[in-house]
Amino acid sequence: MGTLGENLMTNSMKDIIQVRDLTKSYGSTLAVDHISFDVKEGEVFGFLGPNGAGKTTTIRIMVGLTQPGSGTAWIDSHDILKEPVEVKKTIGLVPETSNLYGELTALKNLIYQAELYGVPKKERRIRALDLLEEFNLKEHQEKPFQALSRGLKRRLTIAAALVHHPKILFLDEPTTGLDVMSARGLRKLILDSKKKGLTVFLTTHYIPEAESLCDRIAVIVKGKIRVIDTPENIKAQVKETEILEIGLDRITEDLKNKLLVMEGIEKILVSENRIRFHTKKLDQITHPVIKVLEEQGAKIETINTLSPTLEDAFVKITGLDSELMKIDKPMKMGPE
Amino acid sequence: MYKEFIKAYFIAKKDMGAYYLKPPLISWGLMLPIVFVLAFYFRNPAGIKEVVPGLIGLTLLFSCTSMAAIVITFEKRIGALERLLLAPLNFRTILLGKSLGSTLFGLMVAVFITLILIPLMGLSIRNFWAFVLIYIFSGLAFSLLGILISVGVKEVFEAMTMSNFFRFPMIFLCGVFFPVSSMPFPLPILSYLLPLTYTVDGLKHCLLEDKGMIPLYLDLLILLGFVFFLFSLSLFIFKKRIRQEF
Repeated sequence: MGTLGENLMTNSMKDIIQVRDLTKSYGSTLAVDHISFDVKEGEVFGFLGPNGAGKTTTIRIMVGLTQPGSGTAWIDSHDILKEPVEVKKTIGLVPETSNLYGELTALKNLIYQAELYGVPKKERRIRALDLLEEFNLKEHQEKPFQALSRGLKRRLTIAAALVHHPKILFLDEPTTGLDVMSARGLRKLILDSKKKGLTVFLTTHYIPEAESLCDRIAVIVKGKIRVIDTPENIKAQVKETEILEIGLDRITEDLKNKLLVMEGIEKILVSENRIRFHTKKLDQITHPVIKVLEEQGAKIETINTLSPTLEDAFVKITGLDSELMKIDKPMKMGPE
Repeated sequence: MYKEFIKAYFIAKKDMGAYYLKPPLISWGLMLPIVFVLAFYFRNPAGIKEVVPGLIGLTLLFSCTSMAAIVITFEKRIGALERLLLAPLNFRTILLGKSLGSTLFGLMVAVFITLILIPLMGLSIRNFWAFVLIYIFSGLAFSLLGILISVGVKEVFEAMTMSNFFRFPMIFLCGVFFPVSSMPFPLPILSYLLPLTYTVDGLKHCLLEDKGMIPLYLDLLILLGFVFFLFSLSLFIFKKRIRQEF
């Protein structure tokens, strides 16, 4: 599994997660379809895919919450099926729903987690207080979990996952439902965790999040992994493509149809009043496109050429509309 | 084993701290037994002496099963049970912790009722250690029964309703208000299959003179048997349900 590029980059690191031929069905739906991959120690590895792609199911199998249909995985050399308790000692999970105990204070929640993970008594309170400090939650330590804002709950849930000093942190859609500032703060915390040597496995459907956080990304669609590589290598798959972006006062269906039949244009993506032309012949299409736009009476407000992004590569690899990735899952019931 | 027990204790301690003020627990686990006691006391203050063992048994039954319904169903609903499944604990430790928390709550309520009723009725405890063991074994058996019922449902009210299917018939079948021996056939057969029968019988031995139906040691042994049987059955069902639901 893995390209030459990724192997050269990471072959000095140990595979701390090894997944082999994992499947999981729900009725007739194959949620995870024979996937295999490795995660290197100390890297941030991202599972990128739309809702329903099988990301959460994969994470739940790896942490022992769901039984696989077939296949297995090794977490820090422990088989998830044969040594689930050993696996759980090694990992911390931040589920999609912040599910600490609403009635307990922030501090008591962390101490309780430390108790469950067998942290020595004299260290429990110290570790809890250190984490509250590190996650900027000190002033909220005596507040019940249910009284915290969604962003603070998320931070506390991550802190709770770290109280036993795990080697691997699993984050399921860590920034879903958070405001911009909370999401930014959380991404910084994830990067800080990596600097401390923690291996991070995260799932996300936000392409920019995967690009900014992950050393390597596995693109997963309908339970199958389409590609595993670094964001740069994935983007390189569309490097021969150039993008012309034109901002217009209005975009009509008629105009789109006229542009679509033009020669040299591979794809057209429309977002609000901007239209993107994917082409390998930028020099040859620019003037004809402008001419068509003028003939149709469209007023050009901006014009730019862009380098392909991870989003473009994702669209090429999966054949999915990138707008699909912007749809959040309905929020689950919980103390969020 | 020791580490498992310590972790079970942490679960129980957390449950006690987090859930003892939940409204369904107050109404079913605390208010209902107190209302029963008061109703009987005001109706016939002198006659309540005979039903003190039954009232204590009922208190244990309602408070333990109600707490069990809360600690399982409520945590399942908000997703917090998942945190226990993520921790390095086996199912046995989780079940032990959950049943201990429910038992401790039930014992607290039952001891409170006992401390009022015994001096009020001029009763004395004839065999203290047997009396204590009956409380502990019964509390554990009822908590495990509550868990067994709650693990298959999603909402707290469903768990309470399901529990009542078992709890209310037990009031009439287990010698709480009238002896099992006075029941028409085949009701006594059902009585012998229910743990509350042995709780009430054992407490009669300890609180009233020679009122037991079977020897005290047998009451204790049967209650202990119920604890092991219900623990094994709950563990099997708990594992199965969790694997189905997760």
